[in-house]
Amino acid sequence: MPNAPQLPALLTSAMRLLPTKPLELALSRLMISTAQRHPDLFDRLGPHAERTIAIAPTDVPVVFLLRPSRDAPGVDVRPDGPMPACDAMITGPVFALVDLAEGRLDGDALFFSRDIRIEGDVEAVLALRNALDGEGLDLVAEVMAPLGALAGGPERAGRRCIELLRTVIQATAPREAAR
Amino acid sequence: MRPQVGITLGPVLFNWQPDAWRDFYARIADEAPVDTVCLGEVVCSKRMPFFAELMGEAIERLERAGKSVVLSTLAMPTLSRERRLMKDLVAGFDRVIEANDMSILAQLAGRPHMIGPFINAYNETTLAYMARRGATSICLPPELPLGSIQTIAAAAEGVAVEVFAWGRSPLAISARCYHARVHGLTKDACQFVCGEDPDGLDVDTLDGQAFLTINGVQTLARSYTCLIGDVPQLLEAGITGLRLSPHTCDMVAVSRLYRDVADGRCEPQAAMEKLRLALPEVTFSNGFLHGVAGVALTGS
Amino acid sequence: MMGKTIELVCPAGTPAALRVAVDAGADAVYCGFRDETNARNFPGLNFSRDELREAIGYAHGRGCKVLVAINTFPRAGSVGIWRAAVDDAVRSAADALILCDVGLLDYAATRHPETRLHLSVQAAAATPEAIRFYTEAFGVKRVVLPRVLTVAEIAGINSAIDCETEVFVFGGLCVMAEGRCSLSSYATGKSPNMNGVCSPPSHVTYHEEGEELVPRLGGFTINRIPRAEPAAYPTLCKGRFATAKCSGYIFEEPASLNAGALLPGLAKAGVTALKIEGRQRGRAYISAVVKAFRQALDAMAEGRSVDLDRLLALAEGQTSTQGAYAKTWR
Repeated sequence: MPNAPQLPALLTSAMRLLPTKPLELALSRLMISTAQRHPDLFDRLGPHAERTIAIAPTDVPVVFLLRPSRDAPGVDVRPDGPMPACDAMITGPVFALVDLAEGRLDGDALFFSRDIRIEGDVEAVLALRNALDGEGLDLVAEVMAPLGALAGGPERAGRRCIELLRTVIQATAPREAAR
Repeated sequence: MRPQVGITLGPVLFNWQPDAWRDFYARIADEAPVDTVCLGEVVCSKRMPFFAELMGEAIERLERAGKSVVLSTLAMPTLSRERRLMKDLVAGFDRVIEANDMSILAQLAGRPHMIGPFINAYNETTLAYMARRGATSICLPPELPLGSIQTIAAAAEGVAVEVFAWGRSPLAISARCYHARVHGLTKDACQFVCGEDPDGLDVDTLDGQAFLTINGVQTLARSYTCLIGDVPQLLEAGITGLRLSPHTCDMVAVSRLYRDVADGRCEPQAAMEKLRLALPEVTFSNGFLHGVAGVALTGS
Repeated sequence: MMGKTIELVCPAGTPAALRVAVDAGADAVYCGFRDETNARNFPGLNFSRDELREAIGYAHGRGCKVLVAINTFPRAGSVGIWRAAVDDAVRSAADALILCDVGLLDYAATRHPETRLHLSVQAAAATPEAIRFYTEAFGVKRVVLPRVLTVAEIAGINSAIDCETEVFVFGGLCVMAEGRCSLSSYATGKSPNMNGVCSPPSHVTYHEEGEELVPRLGGFTINRIPRAEPAAYPTLCKGRFATAKCSGYIFEEPASLNAGALLPGLAKAGVTALKIEGRQRGRAYISAVVKAFRQALDAMAEGRSVDLDRLLALAEGQTSTQGAYAKTWR
């Protein structure tokens, strides 16, 4: 019974036109700053820190390859297509994936919901989710953190944007017929 | 010189018809080279009345044949009727009792007794504590790997250490009766449907893989634990007994093979082959002993 | 005037979850070290020594107790790991230790006689005789009752023992007597009793086969889930299997325990503490469940009633059961 909001198809198509390199750079930088701000994350991940996890939003035409490695954290952004070389892959609507990262969905709920699909190393995925939850990670705060003291305003604005987008999409998304 | 190893016949875990039950123990008494026989209902107290009156005769015949008889208790007494029953058994039975639950163990303090495989004794400190209270022998939990068995046996000082060496390994016990459940009955009005399955009811996966066996409130492995090929390693680890869990197969033949291997009269692999030939429909496993999935069979 | 109030005992798989549980109104939080000494040894979860010390400081600063679960059975030859966990938890000012192994209880009672000991559900002490063994031998102050008893049986036990009892009221439900189950070990080699994991994710795979999602554990098919159905984590005893008589959820549906409606009955049965399961659950879940039970218990203490089920609308849609508390479950 999938019921997470999906990005409109038109928006998904439009995103295909955007270059991936700047996104890759920004995300890698985000990952490195997050890693610096949350060193305990790696203790929590243990051996799973060296796994590569593909995150494939069904409504965004790219796949993110996440390496939460202690020494060389990074993110590759690839155009969607055949499954890339990775230890595990998480597939689902982008908002469900954000919920997962922010702790609104947990391991149990994740498996319960049919929104998200996991292939490959299930343990690595659970370890990552548990570790993120254990750090109390907040995506918007992480994005804004490198901006330092300037972040207060943009952070609030960013949060409002995300919530607004979520609400709009939830309100306009076609409902599943059978619930 | 090989160390002397005892062979113990564990309690019948399944709901056998009274005639079959009586004939089984008569034949064990007359023909099986086992040293100790555990009698008694372990799984469900509702089955007890069926063979209660046969117990005296079985005990007498087994003892006449030179076997030690041990009374095994319920693995999970909860109802007040069951608790009273266990209390009476403990008070009224003048031979050795095998405790399968902490509530019975509590009543046996200071009196020589055995620790059954349903009690969680996973390490040497727990066994030492139990030995101080009067435990003289233990059948280790079936899921223990060889390394743990060796450590416990080395520290056991005077406590006989037995391993579960043959038969479907008990894996779980519940308040819920699965036999009643799959027959659409309630536990209180179960009509004793577990009696239809003298080796338990097969549980397969939806892809047809043989997986588990249900026996009333108990769940067992589908495969038969078979440690006959591991007997030399077990002896080296210092165990003093091998436990065979009764099934409807020819338990006299099975116990003879274990006896022969333990005494060095038969090669373990040859004995394993004989068991395979005699029981072509049975899958064997020894994974627990080797520290891998219990269902696995390694080393043969 | 109400007598003593019932204690609300809440799970914490991580320091963040602990803070959330404390803030949401837990009277006590239980947690464990990040190793095989506790029965929720899942990847990415649990506490380092430093984290435990800090967490206990946070909880104590807000009037909340911390109970440390060291509730697997020590591996023969490596008992020292479990003893060190006991020593470290005591040194961190834990309010109680939750133990199950007889040898470890003996150690804790001898070495730390001033420390409060609770008997873990993993010890499966389901009768007054078994409970009295642990109270007399080790001075155990509280027993977490196994999920095999009806409310009436719990009342009977409470009238026959002189220690406190704690019962599970919400969350995952073991169908089998806890601490006495090696189903997971049989399929995967990883044991709840020895390794602190049940149906470990390291042995789980998911495959989409046609219209069905097929979770397997150690290669065994645990379910085939049609597209229209919610998918649960493939806990072995909550899978669909086949017998000659019928196929389906032979052991139990993928339901979770909700004894919310039984709170007054459990209070009357003399229970001291109510326990919420879920050290593997996320912060959002912990916060919602703890707040709901806090409200329900506060209301009960004031003689009001609240609709706990409405509070617990967690949008998961998972079915719930009263488990063994209702005799019909058996």
